[in-house]
Amino acid sequence: MSAPLNPQAEAIATSRGPGFLRRLCRSRTAMLALGFIGLVILLAALAPFVAGHDPMVGGDDAMLPPLSPGHWLGTDDLGRDVWAQTVYGARVSLMVGLVTALFAVSIGVVVGGLAGYYGGWVDTVLMRVSEFFQTLPRFVLALIVIALFGSGLWKVIFVIAILSWPQTARLVRASVSSLRQQPFVDAARVGGMGDRALLLREILPNVAAPIIVTGSLDVAAAILLEAGLGFFGLGDPNHISWGSMLNEAQQYLRIAWWMSLFPGLAIALTVLSFNVLGDALNDALNPRSRVRS
Amino acid sequence: MWFVARRLLHAVPLLFCVVVLNFVLIAATPGDPVTILVGDFPAPPGYVEQVKREFGLDQPIYVQLMRYLGHVLTGDLGYSFANRQPVSTLILGRLAATLELTLTALLLASLLGIALGMLAARWRGSWLDSGVQGIASTGYSIPDFWLGQLLILVFSIWLGWLPSQGNMSVRGAPEGFAGFLDHLRYLLLPALALSFRYLALIARITRAAMLEVLSADFILAARSRGASETSVMITHALRNAAAPVITVIGYNLGFILAGSALIETVFGWPGIGRLLFDSISRRDYPVMMAILLMVSVTVVLANLATDILHRAIDPRVGDR
Repeated sequence: MSAPLNPQAEAIATSRGPGFLRRLCRSRTAMLALGFIGLVILLAALAPFVAGHDPMVGGDDAMLPPLSPGHWLGTDDLGRDVWAQTVYGARVSLMVGLVTALFAVSIGVVVGGLAGYYGGWVDTVLMRVSEFFQTLPRFVLALIVIALFGSGLWKVIFVIAILSWPQTARLVRASVSSLRQQPFVDAARVGGMGDRALLLREILPNVAAPIIVTGSLDVAAAILLEAGLGFFGLGDPNHISWGSMLNEAQQYLRIAWWMSLFPGLAIALTVLSFNVLGDALNDALNPRSRVRS
Repeated sequence: MWFVARRLLHAVPLLFCVVVLNFVLIAATPGDPVTILVGDFPAPPGYVEQVKREFGLDQPIYVQLMRYLGHVLTGDLGYSFANRQPVSTLILGRLAATLELTLTALLLASLLGIALGMLAARWRGSWLDSGVQGIASTGYSIPDFWLGQLLILVFSIWLGWLPSQGNMSVRGAPEGFAGFLDHLRYLLLPALALSFRYLALIARITRAAMLEVLSADFILAARSRGASETSVMITHALRNAAAPVITVIGYNLGFILAGSALIETVFGWPGIGRLLFDSISRRDYPVMMAILLMVSVTVVLANLATDILHRAIDPRVGDR
């Protein structure tokens, strides 16, 4: 197998190894983003210990501004502590973001892998289906499905995942169909490897890099979408979420700016961190593609 | 010509699938379909009977689907009992406000996005470039409805410069040019909030496309002939970078329309998005389904138009 690798395969080959981690660590913004994500995960995990108040139970002190004694981010219209709500809201956002991305990436890998590996009519059918899903206006459709079928954390996750996989599928398909023609795949096939083993053991590990990148971006998109649903009053009513906090804040903008500022900041910084991390991963995995698109 | 015909043929099954999806959602919703078509309102029994007959709910499912397709094709989107109006009348009445908001946002996003992307590419690696990339990352991450709330907080509540709700003065707008200016004051904040995400996207794509073109040999050739910087950037580079930029604008047209639902809710803008919000809170199903259909169809048509335009601008584009 002395045939020269094509440039794309070479780029994929260089994406492994210690160079990748070193390049990632050299990016200060990536480390900052990673640190913030770690902080949010920690706060969400330790919510009962760091919140200080029950986020669902109000008190007599409604509409306290930030830096009030006992309520450093203030309280909302029902006297609930904004810090406690924000900390507990992180649980919903992270859960929706991470689980949705996991589902979306799984579907995308299966669909894209099958389409890219088998080609032909399998490819045509699967790509038409993913094109259809890509055409659907995600936000409006998610809104209406939740409005019709009722809300709930798992329903929200399911709906967002069903609407988010096509991008990964297209990406995986493109990589798989170009890898399929590589000499090392031929070698494995000549060696008697079956289709399934070829796809799982030889091809997919080489597609891992772009999958991780889209996964990170999927988390960000899912958190944003969930916040939008919450703002429309369609979040899970049993959990505090950042979107539903902003929904409540809308009526009290004139008197309680803090009800809007803190949950919004939480969404923006978390989503920004996942987006920055995705970009940095992309740069670190493909050192030559500095021009981002 | 063949290309246009093929794209059209391609769009028809997509449109069909969109309508079928709409129908399936209605059919699969738990509960009595009559409730869904009429809404959660105490409807007179006569009206329920009429709806049952009209929608052929006693017929087999494929006959129902055909009937639904027929209704959609003739522009009959049902009746909103909550508003006591046909859905199509209701939507048409709100269309102008939404189009005004979304098109203004798209225009803002395109002009500013292209300008910022070009500047960043021209002075690559400078503080200007970092600034534009910062704006791009922020715009892509910030929830647009929260940006709307922040704009209201700063410009309406703290500074008191601009109105925060509605699209005209409740005391009646002034006549003529003064009225136009007054209207712009209402339009500015929601359009800014809606445009920011797309501004970021367009700036990013423009920067990447310009960087690719600027490294081409013909740019070097133009520079060596002594072409001015403006001429190089605009007539040589931008023209060749236009295709991906126009594609991203076109593909996002439908998403801006969908995104206006949140912005209209924040700013009390009397458009289709606000109507969607109200319909969801009143469980006014016919209106919700009609809006979903309208937005989906707009996305399909906008993508179709973008593909055709892309091909016209850049004949090198092959069939995908």
